[in-house]
Amino acid sequence: MHNFDFVKPSSVADAVRALSAQGAQALSGGQTLLPTMKQRLAAPAVLVSLTGIADTKGVRLDKGALSVGGATAHAVVAKEARKHYPALADLAGGIGDPAVRSRGTIGGSLANNDPSACYPAAVLASGATILTDRRSIAADDFFQGMFTTALHDGEIITGVVFPIPEKAAYVKFNQPASRFALTGVFVAKYGSGVRVAVTGASANGVFRWTEAERALSASFTPAAIAGLSLPSDGMIADLHGSAAYRANLARVLTGRGVASAH
Amino acid sequence: MPKDGGIGASTVRREDIRFLTGKGRYTADINLRGQAYACFLRSEVAHGRINRIDTAEARAMPGVLAVMTGADFAAMGGNPAGWHIPSRNGEAMKEPKRPVLAHGKVRHVGDAYAVVVAETLEQARDAAGAVVADITELPAVVDMAQAVANPDLRVHDEIANNVCFDWGWIEDNRAAVDAAFKAAPHVTTLELVNNRLVPNAMEPRASIGDYDPGTGDYKLYTTSQNPHLSRLLIAAFVMGIPENKLTVIAPDVGGGFGSKIYHYGEEAAVLAASKALNRPVKWVADRSESFLSDAHGRDHVTRIELATDLEGNFLALRTETLANVGAYLSNFSTATPTFLHGTLMAGPYRTPLVYVNVKAVFTNTAPVDAYRGAGRPEATFSIERVVDKMCRELKLDPVAVRRKNLIQPDQYPYTTPVGLVYDTGNYPATLDKLIQIADFSGFEARRAESARRGKLRGLGLSTWIEACGIAPSNLVGVLGARVGLYDAATVRVNATGNISVMTGAHSHGQGHETVFAQIVSDKLGIPASSIEIVHGDTSKIPFGMGSYGSRSLAVGGSAMVKAVDKIIAKGKKIAAHMLEAAEDDIVFEDGKFSVTGTDKAKTFGEIAFSAYVPHNYPLESLEPGLEETAFYDPANFTYPAGAYACEVEVDAETGRVEIASFACADDFGNVMNPMIVNGQVHGGVAQGIGQALLEAAAYDDNGQLLTGSYMDYAMPRADDLPMFTVDHSCNTPCTHNPLGVKGCGEAGAIGSPPAVVNAVIDALHRGGHTRVTHIDMPLTPSRVWSAIQN
Amino acid sequence: MTNVTMTVNGKAVSGDVEGRTLLSSFLREGLGLTGTHVGCDTSQCGACVVHVDGKPVKSCTVFALDVAGAAVKTIEGMANADGSLGVIQQAFQDHHGLQCGFCTPGMVMSAAALLADNPKPTESEVRHYLEGNICRCTGYHNIVKAVLAASGQDVAAVAAE
Repeated sequence: MHNFDFVKPSSVADAVRALSAQGAQALSGGQTLLPTMKQRLAAPAVLVSLTGIADTKGVRLDKGALSVGGATAHAVVAKEARKHYPALADLAGGIGDPAVRSRGTIGGSLANNDPSACYPAAVLASGATILTDRRSIAADDFFQGMFTTALHDGEIITGVVFPIPEKAAYVKFNQPASRFALTGVFVAKYGSGVRVAVTGASANGVFRWTEAERALSASFTPAAIAGLSLPSDGMIADLHGSAAYRANLARVLTGRGVASAH
Repeated sequence: MPKDGGIGASTVRREDIRFLTGKGRYTADINLRGQAYACFLRSEVAHGRINRIDTAEARAMPGVLAVMTGADFAAMGGNPAGWHIPSRNGEAMKEPKRPVLAHGKVRHVGDAYAVVVAETLEQARDAAGAVVADITELPAVVDMAQAVANPDLRVHDEIANNVCFDWGWIEDNRAAVDAAFKAAPHVTTLELVNNRLVPNAMEPRASIGDYDPGTGDYKLYTTSQNPHLSRLLIAAFVMGIPENKLTVIAPDVGGGFGSKIYHYGEEAAVLAASKALNRPVKWVADRSESFLSDAHGRDHVTRIELATDLEGNFLALRTETLANVGAYLSNFSTATPTFLHGTLMAGPYRTPLVYVNVKAVFTNTAPVDAYRGAGRPEATFSIERVVDKMCRELKLDPVAVRRKNLIQPDQYPYTTPVGLVYDTGNYPATLDKLIQIADFSGFEARRAESARRGKLRGLGLSTWIEACGIAPSNLVGVLGARVGLYDAATVRVNATGNISVMTGAHSHGQGHETVFAQIVSDKLGIPASSIEIVHGDTSKIPFGMGSYGSRSLAVGGSAMVKAVDKIIAKGKKIAAHMLEAAEDDIVFEDGKFSVTGTDKAKTFGEIAFSAYVPHNYPLESLEPGLEETAFYDPANFTYPAGAYACEVEVDAETGRVEIASFACADDFGNVMNPMIVNGQVHGGVAQGIGQALLEAAAYDDNGQLLTGSYMDYAMPRADDLPMFTVDHSCNTPCTHNPLGVKGCGEAGAIGSPPAVVNAVIDALHRGGHTRVTHIDMPLTPSRVWSAIQN
Repeated sequence: MTNVTMTVNGKAVSGDVEGRTLLSSFLREGLGLTGTHVGCDTSQCGACVVHVDGKPVKSCTVFALDVAGAAVKTIEGMANADGSLGVIQQAFQDHHGLQCGFCTPGMVMSAAALLADNPKPTESEVRHYLEGNICRCTGYHNIVKAVLAASGQDVAAVAAE
């Protein structure tokens, strides 16, 4: 990979300053960025590690919502969210593998917005709020298509606030090689209604399946969506599955999510 | 010999200690004083004409020592094919030159055309980015059917229709086979793909060239399964240097599975660069390079037909296969789809008439060569799939049909219609054993239990045979082989009585250091801890052919036993002199030479000492010293065989297949170390399941490899597989080698893919999806789901 | 070049590295600890797994400078003080949990992390935990068995070795 200057600030303010340098790029857990850099597809002049900032790490309950620091590793969420938001813990505990979960962070995953990443599904289905060094962004506004988000250059995700649902589940169907989500569905039932977010399937990245949300808000049972289907237009088609296959998976996994929600 | 140490004991492996403590010494772990680093430039297009390679800017980069291109190697020889396969019409096969670095044209994505050598690896990589290659992209030849049909598409300008050879086996039988098909009451036809695989040994290839300007000697450290063969190819064919000026060392090697049998251009390049720079030059592939440049495996498109009567008795079998050889001929690429495939098409059955046609086809893809099983998995898959399809068409029981067509135990030696002579076996016994260990009788209850959970359960079977330890040399020579297929060993008894065994076989995971010591220990009555197994260094070992094709024990082990026998024979002569007895009266047992019927004896150590300090020694009739070398050229192949069963659960809504259980009943002949044999079967089965469900090297129409990393090439992981049930109690010892062994390394990869696919088709049929007669591997969730939908 | 300091297998070490120097490169080239292997470039094979502050980490996917000051443990630090094999290493040998040995260091380090977290895992838990460690030789059967045995569980019931 190309060489770069490495800095590791210990505060958000210092990190923001460092990121204002020409060619600077943020480094979270690096589990996606490093392989990209090895292929010389990314070549930052300055790499700003965000893992040295203590107050962007950890999971805590705050006014009935679960607050997760932006630099919190997946393994930490898998463990510490278990009691409060088990479906979120399940999701975090199913990302990558244990070594990836030691390093990878929620902030890094969201900022990258890989169309096959797991976290965007939880954030969107939970109607979570993304906190940055300068503002808060509603999940519905945050994801703006494959590898695209509402973040500005140099803006850092400091935390995510998840409203805790009555019931929820994440059902992931692995792409057999990468173990990313070939399709993953997060179903969350709130007093105000049900939200369903699908990742891995659409070329536009994570999306809400509003038709299913309406049906499930009326009746939170697998039967409620049995007659629905997703159009395959705009679904990803590759050697791991056709668009129609992904549309089918989204439907099947939604039903299974409803059945297993806890 | 105590059972915890000799033949037949599950001795734990001595080599494990260094591997478990981080003290293994793989090629990438070796750093020579003053070494420079090489980085290869590889084609990004599948087919292109090289107009110009501008290296000026790269040469000026920091740390750069040299930039070499194909032009620098144009005068060198090509990397040859090891087996000549003539076409049916008598024409010689087409053998385009395979240069060290591509020159004139690049012919597959990953084809190396230049190398940068620099002080550090990162400097070499940085400078590689500054080499400007002007390459005009040409139409890529990817699909084999198109390659043979379209006269305008040519991988090599001089080869029309891209056909390397058009081979018929056995051509004289063709008319009789065709006649049998015409008369047959039933014919089952199946068109199938044997999917292209990437071997993916976990250690990527690596090579260090080290030229000594003082002596003119070259040394190559490299990831090789057979260092002597690599030395021969590099010295005599490619670089044109005397064989005795090159030492090839293959230290600890992290798996091979075939991909490290061959000589690759990078090896010659680092040697040449080392000579040019007068310093060692090291290259270590990253995984992405391995995907693009290691020899791939399989890649057959086959049409197979089986003629039977209405009771399922096999009458005749014929196949037509297009076998992909990629852009260049790798060393054994022509033998794999022919003599390791066509000759196996009788399988374990009494099919009276068989005819095989194979066209080997050049394409703009990485070279294809032997990968675990090599030809035999392709043969087994075709046979076992068409047999299953026939059973379904005629509504016959697949167990009963197989059983009645198997060669019976009283029919050996059995000559097949495809030219092999099976020396021994008991195929009904392994089938019976399988039915017991896989609990066929409990299947219906398990199926019902799966159904309650909404899953379709299926049971698939395969009965298979393979041929290992390819031989004998004089016969394979007639058939076109350009090498001998013997092996060699030297047993050196040192003056202090401990032993060094230099073997031509090479261990890259098989555990030779342990098992070979077990055998010598058993034969000589010497503790295994006093026996050292030396392999992998051409300056130490006799000329052997290395390890592949499940040959190490059957061929290399036999050479070792022959050398041990010579040691014992000489020991008897020495003992006769020392004990003042006739040589015929000396018996050797439990490490002692004694005079029969007396208590007069000399220990092995005393004899060894006397051989090296020959004060009381028959010098007039016997040389001092106790060291013997033997070469062993087998009289025949060995024929391991077995029966495999797989149970799967299919999730019809998603198409996902889960392996519920897998059982193997094998006949490997005598087993030297059951623990290691079981491990070999486990690994082979995992690779076979990988082929059946997960793995595929997929190229797009432009010849870009779509599965060039573990992000898209699905390797079997721990949670993809179950525990395996393995049995090898039904053994019939090989009749023609001294240990009675057959070979076990490839078995698992040969017998398992059809068992898996048969199980999935069975599950779908039991679930009512009866129109699905075949799904091509890998049976990914999306493919299975699509098959159900259609 | 920047100087980096960390603790490796209980010993304080330091060396000059570039920003781009991976932890795996620092261990292998800088410290000569070649037991940590590199088997891929997409962070999937797991041959390079080491422990950083007690957690399993793919050392090819972390910069040396990013773990400055950390406590790193590699396969070279897994044997007992007297040099004999540790419990997990011994179980791998006893149950033939390795063949070519290339994935073995990462496999042992991942197994150690699992057992630290979950001292009595089920077979299924072992298989899931090891999903980021690819082995091409063993079919995982004997690796899983070795990890279960290292946890003190009876593996006699597990299908034949």
